[in-house]
Amino acid sequence: MDRFVFLTLDGLSRGAVYAAFALALVLIWRAARIVNFAQGAMAVATAYFAYSVAAATGSYWLGFLAALVAGLLLGAVVDLAVMRFVDHSSPLNPVIVALGLVLLIQAVLGMVYGNEFLPAEAPLSRAALTVGGLAVLSPYDLFAFAAVGVVVVALAWTFTRTPVGLRMRAAAFAPEVSRLLGVNVSGMLTLGWALASGVGALAGMLVIPTELGLHPHAMDLVFVAAFTGAVVGGLDSPPGAVVGGLLVGLLLSYVSGYAGSDLTALAVLLLLLAVLLVRPAGLFAPAVARRV
Amino acid sequence: MSSDDLLLVRGLEAGYGAAPVLHAVDLSVPRGTIAAVVGANGAGKTTLLRTLSGMLRPTAGRIALAGEDLRGIPVEQLVRRGMAHVPEGRGVVGELTVDENLRLGGLWRRDRADAARALDEVYQLFTPLARRRRHLGHQLSGGERQMLALGRALVGRPRLLLLDEPSLGLAPRVVAQIMALLRQLRDSTGLTVLLVEQNVRSALSVADQGVVMALGRVVTATPAAELRDDDDLRHAYLGF
Repeated sequence: MDRFVFLTLDGLSRGAVYAAFALALVLIWRAARIVNFAQGAMAVATAYFAYSVAAATGSYWLGFLAALVAGLLLGAVVDLAVMRFVDHSSPLNPVIVALGLVLLIQAVLGMVYGNEFLPAEAPLSRAALTVGGLAVLSPYDLFAFAAVGVVVVALAWTFTRTPVGLRMRAAAFAPEVSRLLGVNVSGMLTLGWALASGVGALAGMLVIPTELGLHPHAMDLVFVAAFTGAVVGGLDSPPGAVVGGLLVGLLLSYVSGYAGSDLTALAVLLLLLAVLLVRPAGLFAPAVARRV
Repeated sequence: MSSDDLLLVRGLEAGYGAAPVLHAVDLSVPRGTIAAVVGANGAGKTTLLRTLSGMLRPTAGRIALAGEDLRGIPVEQLVRRGMAHVPEGRGVVGELTVDENLRLGGLWRRDRADAARALDEVYQLFTPLARRRRHLGHQLSGGERQMLALGRALVGRPRLLLLDEPSLGLAPRVVAQIMALLRQLRDSTGLTVLLVEQNVRSALSVADQGVVMALGRVVTATPAAELRDDDDLRHAYLGF
């Protein structure tokens, strides 16, 4: 029972990061109909930048802030300089362009920082606290939970309660009508990319210290897990992305705890396969079909 | 040409790709009047509206709103100059609630207080919408969607309202209500309307000016009453 509680809490804290990353994927999918395969590489780039800033200033938290700002800017740049020019006549085009961006970013990071793992220190202790003799979450896990929670709530509030959120949703659902109503649709798209990339940068900063460290490919497996989470929840549903990300985190934790960590990648793929076979639109698909 | 024309169009040409649809279209709509553009399917009526609201770039000609040349002004800026376009199929955003759709119509306005007032007025004008504020756009009936699209345009307090086929798919009683509302808005607020309609009778019943289009040209523009009451004229241009 203790082990189950531990694995559940561990899965949820890992899942929180996947949830944030899945949310970033969903934001771009909703706004631009692009699955941003480059999101992992973009997040890694901001994390390298963050650790450079941290090394130069001696403050992890300045580096953390730098990652978020760099994430926002990088998202806007990727939209304005690359994705804006992608021809959408074939759904494969944006995928190929995004994969090209992955190669480019990873190659540049390799040239600048090398292809070795660099240490990435966590700012807080990763030793689990014990409550009533039971090992539970570490201070760092709690920090990751809180950071993701704050971002999710802030995004939900922005999208549903503010004028700019209404503009962003309208621009995504009905670009032509939105322009007629005075919405700067292309600006909203860039803002969407910036926000998504900022959330991706946050997820990268949170997850990299818990794994092997900084490496151009550090986010590859996180991307697969988060993408699965996004598909489980339904690519069109932000709440679905959060729940899907948490579910994938739990699944990975149980599989690695009870069946061995070798099987986690397989388990993620099986989950993806099962959802695509049984409910391809995801668990949180809207009841009514889009594109009326 | 009179300085009282809110909308003035001269020699307008536009089309899709290499195929021109509009040929040398001239049009003038005086302030505070309703002009009905009628004509067969494919006459270029919708293309005319899309070109006026900037969604389609003209290849030649001039569009002036209250004397200002609209060339090169982006679509999203036109609403700030007082032009509201309710597109064919109405353009209600199905994924947003009634209230969100309506608020979207006033988001561009700096005068937040008046935008809120305009929203209240629209709810008073269209009471069925007030009862369904929290419903999603795609849950509404055809008539409610038309009210929503029209109401959303009115939240922006436009000077010129471009309406594409407001009667499409609606019961005659609802069509009559909408036409009566346009007349009422014209008389009470001085709204100028350019209405594109297949439903010639109901459009001419409310319009001041009747503009007949055929094959991308304006074949005649006369007082609507003449087009309505002169059997020869009506027969020649409209075939009934």
